[in-house]
Amino acid sequence: MKKYIDSGKVDTRSGFGAGLLEAGKANDQVVALTADLKGSLKMDAFAKEFPERFIQCGIAEANMIGAAAGLAITGKIPFVGSFAEFVTGRVYDQIRQEVCYGNTNVKIASSHAGITLGEDGATHQTMEDIALMRALPGMVVINPCDFNQTKQATIAAAKYVGPVYLRFGRPAVPNFTDPEEPFVIGKAIVMNEGKDVTLIATGHTVWEALGAAEALEAEGISAEVIDIATIKPLDEEAIVASAQKTGCVVVAEEHNAFGGLSEAVAGVLAAKCPKPVEFVNGGDRFGQSGTPSALMAAYGLDAPHIAEAAKKAIARK
Amino acid sequence: MAKSFEELQTIATQVRRDILRMVCMAKSGHPGGSMSSTDILTYLFFNQMKHDPATWTRSGKGQDAFIPSAGHLAPVYYSLLARTGYFPVSELATLRQMGSRLQGHPSVDKKLPGVFQPSGSLGQGLSCAAGIALGKKMDKEDNFVYCLCGDGESEEGQIWEAGMFAVFHKLDNLIAFTDWNEKQIDGPVEEVAALGDLAAKWEAWGWNVIVADGHDFDSIAKAFELAKAGKGSGKPSMILFKTEMGHGVDFMAGTHKWHGAAPKPEQLEEALKQLGETALGDF
Repeated sequence: MKKYIDSGKVDTRSGFGAGLLEAGKANDQVVALTADLKGSLKMDAFAKEFPERFIQCGIAEANMIGAAAGLAITGKIPFVGSFAEFVTGRVYDQIRQEVCYGNTNVKIASSHAGITLGEDGATHQTMEDIALMRALPGMVVINPCDFNQTKQATIAAAKYVGPVYLRFGRPAVPNFTDPEEPFVIGKAIVMNEGKDVTLIATGHTVWEALGAAEALEAEGISAEVIDIATIKPLDEEAIVASAQKTGCVVVAEEHNAFGGLSEAVAGVLAAKCPKPVEFVNGGDRFGQSGTPSALMAAYGLDAPHIAEAAKKAIARK
Repeated sequence: MAKSFEELQTIATQVRRDILRMVCMAKSGHPGGSMSSTDILTYLFFNQMKHDPATWTRSGKGQDAFIPSAGHLAPVYYSLLARTGYFPVSELATLRQMGSRLQGHPSVDKKLPGVFQPSGSLGQGLSCAAGIALGKKMDKEDNFVYCLCGDGESEEGQIWEAGMFAVFHKLDNLIAFTDWNEKQIDGPVEEVAALGDLAAKWEAWGWNVIVADGHDFDSIAKAFELAKAGKGSGKPSMILFKTEMGHGVDFMAGTHKWHGAAPKPEQLEEALKQLGETALGDF
């Protein structure tokens, strides 16, 4: 199978910080807002380079969303950053009214998403955010898989006109995609071609899916791996084409069972290409404190669980 | 061209007629707060705001902007947008009908001229207005941003978040005002969820606070002048306009019962008789 080299573990939020700085250099309308999480969101470099375009909002997320919408009305391109839970669940109505219904050019920068937020525990670990943001008319939902892709996705989000939800994470994870590959919103990326099973992953689970494919290869199973970096709009064509080729599918995401990539893919397959599907997700439960890698294993989201799900899917063909 | 107080009085009477006729035709809507804020908004739209419907764009570039945070006051807002030329007054007849640009609460998806942002989910408009004010400052525009809040709406925590934000970012180009009619859906504000000393609260937040009579054009004019004079102080302004819900029609005045109730045809007839006809004419 195609080999991916980890160029050195780094957090995806740093990819956001790097992308934000580049987007800010390319367009002087880009502004950044945060609710007392400048450091956590890796906005320091942007704030240092463009102090007049960095807007500290304090611990008041609801106002931050509204202020960003107002700035967008005047022509700015605001990126609002906080932890995923606090820029989705906490401010769902503000995003619904001010960003989506208002169709303002606001980018929601959502860090520390999913269970890999780790030790802070379930109060801060959202496993529901993709569902919330997917449900909003007009919202683009992007969940890149590593530093390089997050940087490129941030640059693409700044160029796209309209609401974007950009989801990334806290822990240092492998960095393996092409740093020069421009991000195309709405396009699935076939990471590895295979014929026996399709592994569909997003965010941190893409590396895990590649690990699963490698393990499966050792057992003589050829797995296709697709990176769904844009969850909405979903690249239905790529999903259907792969499912038709391999005959069965696994969906892996760092999210709970409801309303995320699992149900999005299941919906496409049910309507256009019914095939056996197995799901690798957080189920119907909250997270808990722990190290990111221990949590990924305990909640069944790592490579061994994806490989196991692949065998189940193949057995159902 | 600024209007005389006499002319403004005529316009306000016509706007109240518009509100009642629109809401009666739609068989739903919010006349009470629309009528308590009619005089303030009539002054704002005709004598205060620097705006030009002919060249208006949603970006608000080069013009003053107005955000009705209390979006349920859509009837008075739509009437004034129409009466100042943003769209034909005949369109007021479409309020709340399917496909109308005049949605039950202000929206932008059908591109009604003059509307910057949806509102109606309470407590959010002041944040948006602050964002527009900040954007204008960043662009070195000297225009003002006006924002109407309800007193009941001020029970929302986000209003006070925006209050802190506007002071911290020195938004002295932001002029907010409260339609202080002391009524909300469930009853008098004092009985539902008393706000305490609203003026002291805004002062403690660091705002330039002005208290005025929201049914007296002279008082309204002076309040807005004082607020504009706050430019350069680094402080946003909050005008607390004492008003009466349902003002202008005796059986609607001073009661929360007309917050969100439409008059029946016979009630409309009586209300219009009390208001009297104007030379401007009904839509």
